[in-house]
Amino acid sequence: MLESYIRKQRENKKILLMTHIVLGYPDFETSLELARTMVAAGVDLMELQIPFSEPIADGPVILKANQEALKAGARLAQCQQVAQEITANLDIPFLYMSYYNILFKYGVDRFAEDAAAHGIKGMIVPDAPPEEAPEYVTALRERNLSPIQLFTPKTTDERMSYLAGNASGFIYCVARKGVTGQNTAFSSELDGYLDRCRQATDLPLALGFGVKDKDDIDFLRGKVDIAVLGSSAIRVLEDKGVEAVGDYISSLR
Amino acid sequence: MAKTGYYGEYGGAFLPEILIPTFKELEQEFARIKSDPGFWKEYVHTMSTYSCRPTPLTYAENLTKHFAGAQIYIKREDLNHTGAHKANNVIAQGLLVKKMGKRRVIAETGAGQHGVATATMAAKYGFECTIYMGEVDVLRQRPNVFWMEQLGAKVVAVKDGSRTLKDAMNAAFRDWAANMDSTHYVLGTASGPHPFPEMVSYFQSIIGQEAREQILKYAGKLPARVFACVGGGSNAMGLFGGFMDDPVELVGVEAGGKGLESGLHAARLASDQATVGVAQGYKTYFLQDDDGQMRETHSVSAGLDYVGVSPILAHLSETGRVRFAAATDTEVVEALKLCMRKEGLIPALESAHAFVQAFKEASELSRDECIIINQSGRGDKDIFTVADAIGDPQWEKFICNKAEEYKNA
Repeated sequence: MLESYIRKQRENKKILLMTHIVLGYPDFETSLELARTMVAAGVDLMELQIPFSEPIADGPVILKANQEALKAGARLAQCQQVAQEITANLDIPFLYMSYYNILFKYGVDRFAEDAAAHGIKGMIVPDAPPEEAPEYVTALRERNLSPIQLFTPKTTDERMSYLAGNASGFIYCVARKGVTGQNTAFSSELDGYLDRCRQATDLPLALGFGVKDKDDIDFLRGKVDIAVLGSSAIRVLEDKGVEAVGDYISSLR
Repeated sequence: MAKTGYYGEYGGAFLPEILIPTFKELEQEFARIKSDPGFWKEYVHTMSTYSCRPTPLTYAENLTKHFAGAQIYIKREDLNHTGAHKANNVIAQGLLVKKMGKRRVIAETGAGQHGVATATMAAKYGFECTIYMGEVDVLRQRPNVFWMEQLGAKVVAVKDGSRTLKDAMNAAFRDWAANMDSTHYVLGTASGPHPFPEMVSYFQSIIGQEAREQILKYAGKLPARVFACVGGGSNAMGLFGGFMDDPVELVGVEAGGKGLESGLHAARLASDQATVGVAQGYKTYFLQDDDGQMRETHSVSAGLDYVGVSPILAHLSETGRVRFAAATDTEVVEALKLCMRKEGLIPALESAHAFVQAFKEASELSRDECIIINQSGRGDKDIFTVADAIGDPQWEKFICNKAEEYKNA
């Protein structure tokens, strides 16, 4: 179970790191290499994004990665195959991140069934709120996969409780308004929000959107269980290549 | 019990969590104004003094004679201020924004008509305004970009994806996710997440309400059929809204592009090539591949070149209340030419799709029957596209000369 893994890891580490890769960007071979490099650098969890043509919650960096992957011919079947290869060879939990249409077209149940069989532990689907897609939550739970729900600074206390009731594994706390990949001010303003998140759930908390350097991680240590790196690692990949991503991640601890 | 914001199985609000409170607020505000007769009164008054409402219903005598069938009437939404039915929706949303106390508006636009209308409304009400437009559409609809900028709006050319309407819509959602406290997204059509399909259809229903009253007055009877083009679906929902409970056949006409068999079109309900999916925050028929990736669409008219379709129309298609057809680019240009020559009217390329189907069917009907075509917008904005399609050498020469002038200036 994802939650018990996180709790166990936390016994030895003050904060865990979750990274994000877009499958097929720039190609599947790089995705595999990137996953290996990230795990070797000490990453604790990883999101494998299945590219979608309309990623409305993602900012320019991840949006471009989605589009480039699709342009290079990435298909769902290959994403699933590579994800299976990654989970079989690397010993951390992997989550799928994608948009609801990918699951919907494939069949939500069948998608969850295959993901479980392929060693995936949970999913983040930002445009599948539980009231619109209850079958998604059910399909995952039936297979012991965690439907990760998102909290945002705009989410009311009441809604946080509702979302927590539909979640397992951990809660992904979005640091600020907006989409991925823009700067976030890591200041005491976050504290009140994180207190509200903590009040709403006993699940571990992850925080993402704008986490990019050691200062951010230091700020979050002791406040959340997991720091999420998304766009920043992709930027390093684009600027300096796969190897530099490993150095970048190692430098964050 | 049916879920809120669903029409059959279509609709909903598949939104990133950050936008959910904003949509809840919008839903509440819309419910408030819908139950307030004062709002509709203020809206009708504003449209009658700022736009051209009620727009006329024109009897097309020459086209009627030409086809020797049903009497053809044309609802003149092109006479709205800014030249399209888009004004109806934006002015109503502008009144709503004032009530919500926001000071900035954003919008997506395809052909540019919705962008021009929104920029106009923003200038009138003193809102800051940003318009997202696909880069491809910026290139083919430059005159509208010019006007948006002159009206004080910032136009952002969206370079993502297919660089057309759907990508402009995604970009607007991204802006909204960061700026929802100060900003309202003036979505331009009867698509997108709830409550937009219902809200935009409600505001546009002014078209059908007027048309029904006018046809009863002029022809003394209800029309046998009404025709409207369908991109996202707002002008169609507007016209159809007036006749929903009547024994009137409702016909929606989509972009057949280069022909359905070519795959280069935007016929979601008129072809069997679209399938149900969830994107851009709602569930409807999309032109997509087996993996659920949106396909590129094509139409001679930027405004119909959209990958999804109003969830309300998807439902009405399924129940058989609305019949769908597609018109090809070539047919559209021919219909436009005929309409110009016979009636002195210049419909937008979008609207000309409705004319194509109406012309195909007019002669099937008897002379004592009548039909209404929605001329949703004016065609002079399409001068570059139409000139290309017609291949007028004098126009080409003029453009080349003008370019030379600029180069030498």
